[in-house]
Amino acid sequence: MKGFVGVINLDHELDQLKELTYFRCGAAVPFAGRYRLIDFALSNMMYGGVGDIALFVRRKYRSLMDHLGEGRPWDLDRKRGGLFILPPDWHDPTDTSLGDLQHIHNNMDFFHRSTGDVVVHTGTQHVNKVDYKDVYAYHLEKGADITVVYKKVDELRPEHGACRRVEVDEHGFVTDIHQDRSHTNIYVETFIMSKELYLEQVNYCIAHGKSYFFRDVIQSNPNRLKIAGYEYKGYNAVINSVESYYRNSMDLLCPDNYQQLFRENPVQTKIKYEAPAKYLEGAKVSNSLVANGCVLGGEVENSILFRGVKVEKGARVVNSIILQKCTIEAGAVLENVILDKDVQISHNRTLIGDNKHPYVTAKSTSL
Amino acid sequence: MSKKEVVAMLLAGGQGKRLKDLTRALAKPAVFFGGTYRIIDFPLSNCANSRIDTVGVLTQYEPTVLHAYIGVGNDWDMDRKNGGVFVLPPHERQEGSSWYQGTADAIYRNLKFIESFDPEHVLILSGDHIYKMDYQKMVDYHKEKNADCTISVVNVTLEEASRFGMLNTDDNLKIYEFDEKPAQPKSTLASMGVYLFKWDVLKSYLIKDEDNPASSYDFGKDLIPLLLNDDKVLYAYPFEGYWRDVGTIQSLWEANMDMLSEDPLLDLNDPSWRIFTRSPNQPAAYIAPSAIVQNSIVNEGCMVHGKVDHSVLFFNVEVGEGSEITDSVIMPGAKIGKNVRIHRAIVNEGMVIEDGAQIGVGHTEKDEIMLVTSES
Repeated sequence: MKGFVGVINLDHELDQLKELTYFRCGAAVPFAGRYRLIDFALSNMMYGGVGDIALFVRRKYRSLMDHLGEGRPWDLDRKRGGLFILPPDWHDPTDTSLGDLQHIHNNMDFFHRSTGDVVVHTGTQHVNKVDYKDVYAYHLEKGADITVVYKKVDELRPEHGACRRVEVDEHGFVTDIHQDRSHTNIYVETFIMSKELYLEQVNYCIAHGKSYFFRDVIQSNPNRLKIAGYEYKGYNAVINSVESYYRNSMDLLCPDNYQQLFRENPVQTKIKYEAPAKYLEGAKVSNSLVANGCVLGGEVENSILFRGVKVEKGARVVNSIILQKCTIEAGAVLENVILDKDVQISHNRTLIGDNKHPYVTAKSTSL
Repeated sequence: MSKKEVVAMLLAGGQGKRLKDLTRALAKPAVFFGGTYRIIDFPLSNCANSRIDTVGVLTQYEPTVLHAYIGVGNDWDMDRKNGGVFVLPPHERQEGSSWYQGTADAIYRNLKFIESFDPEHVLILSGDHIYKMDYQKMVDYHKEKNADCTISVVNVTLEEASRFGMLNTDDNLKIYEFDEKPAQPKSTLASMGVYLFKWDVLKSYLIKDEDNPASSYDFGKDLIPLLLNDDKVLYAYPFEGYWRDVGTIQSLWEANMDMLSEDPLLDLNDPSWRIFTRSPNQPAAYIAPSAIVQNSIVNEGCMVHGKVDHSVLFFNVEVGEGSEITDSVIMPGAKIGKNVRIHRAIVNEGMVIEDGAQIGVGHTEKDEIMLVTSES
């Protein structure tokens, strides 16, 4: 193998996180105190040795671009290759491609110029630590044309409803891909295959008026390709709604999940130069994640505080997710709440949401 | 290289013997401070915030970590096409090889480096102090006084004066005498080790001093007296604000403790004067249900299950259940087991403290600060 070519395709990711996705795409949603969802896919690519990455975006990508810059935190600021953010800016009058094939067809130069010969294709709604090198080793071992990655979940949750399921035979080959909600093999939106076959299949799809690579090549498999299923056994969280965002965030307060996601191969993100968090006299912080730049004087319980959050003395924050640079003034009480960035909660204000359906405020509001 | 008005030269070669085992394999400017920083972040960030973008860093003692840390300087916005940060260790030359003999000699040996920027003024800094200072204001003062050399000073008490290089001045702050650690101090103005010279003056005196075999090639001991002898114009620049020498275990500990007050004299959280550092990019700290954290600084990557009061925890520190840490500084990656008590101590990077250990318990202000390293 000469190397991997990464594709992060956001085309099918719907912006279903209410206020959190009013002004940003799902990939740019802040998560776990200091990251954005895309950081997990990019970090996996970094540790997997993926040096060329095409990022297909279609809408609301301004804050995503601001976050990514030229990709330095993920070692992607390269002279050769690196991160290519590819918006839908294409003007070929002879172009007949449809759906997500448009991205690939109109960015053929990226695929031809990249030095790698194996495509790793992923999205950002599954937060996990898939080891692409291990997936590739399995792919070779099986002699497969395509290998898709799935996670067998112990407990089916509402967010799994929208996920595809992967049926695998005793030899590790995929026999069916469907959306039967009772099945527990969740497809984690990641597959690998050779670049040559990938591009060949893209051309096949365009020639036959198809519009969706995964559905028309892998799921329906009209060309009888050998598709292997790789079972990923680590932490996997699906974020496709406010409820799943909230619950999966809270799950990180369990040290076992926290360590699985963060201890080995630290997830990389844009650097901010905040001072370490400061705890004042009388602060009561328990079972919480606290990022740098926070100044905490009040009570914080079962919550996630992003960078630069201020909780004044006499304020109380419970079961809540407080995004970057929010201020909670004295006497305010927040329970089951998600505050987007730069929200100011004034004195003695009380906001209480439902414990399954948290109350969400939009960015830069004052309450 | 194109012309720069000011070039900064940062003296970072010192061993810092009084920091004991903290500097066993580490240059003093690379010693950790304030939960996430290294000492050198302060002068480098001051340069970045003062719009001085050309900095030579003179290294000598145990420079490996320091060199790797500075890298291309991007964390301080010093990865520039023109200017930026330059690491300048002593090197072999045609006329022979030797170490930097003193602070003045270190600058003398880099005359060509400074010359390449054709500067008007050269700012001499050291990597030993914690402070936030706008050097640009000092440059303005220096130009207004038309000084050959301006030395930044802080007010100290007469008792403290015998530990510093003291500057005796007239009422207009014109310096007439330099007193190194005087037994009977005549002034309360202590040199901060921040010197700003007209480049042509500095250059001629460096050459003059270098010709004197009896010299110790030191700015304070040799160069400044030489300028004063020749009636050059030297002014003291009064600096207002927090400034601490962190050259001993005690003073390093005290300065860390200073950061814990609710309204500290040096605010690390000031968005208009960020202290830049190389971020270890660790996850948000996890504070367990059993934890109690107060009056403290806790960095990302920490997992705290015990009680932390009036202490500084650097990144990736773990504190086990039932443990109690008070008045202490825990350096990066240290793992504190269960039911441990640590009081008035500095625990070095990466140390593992076994369950039930008792360190500094019962110690009071009369006792020395414990330094916990792999040797002790």
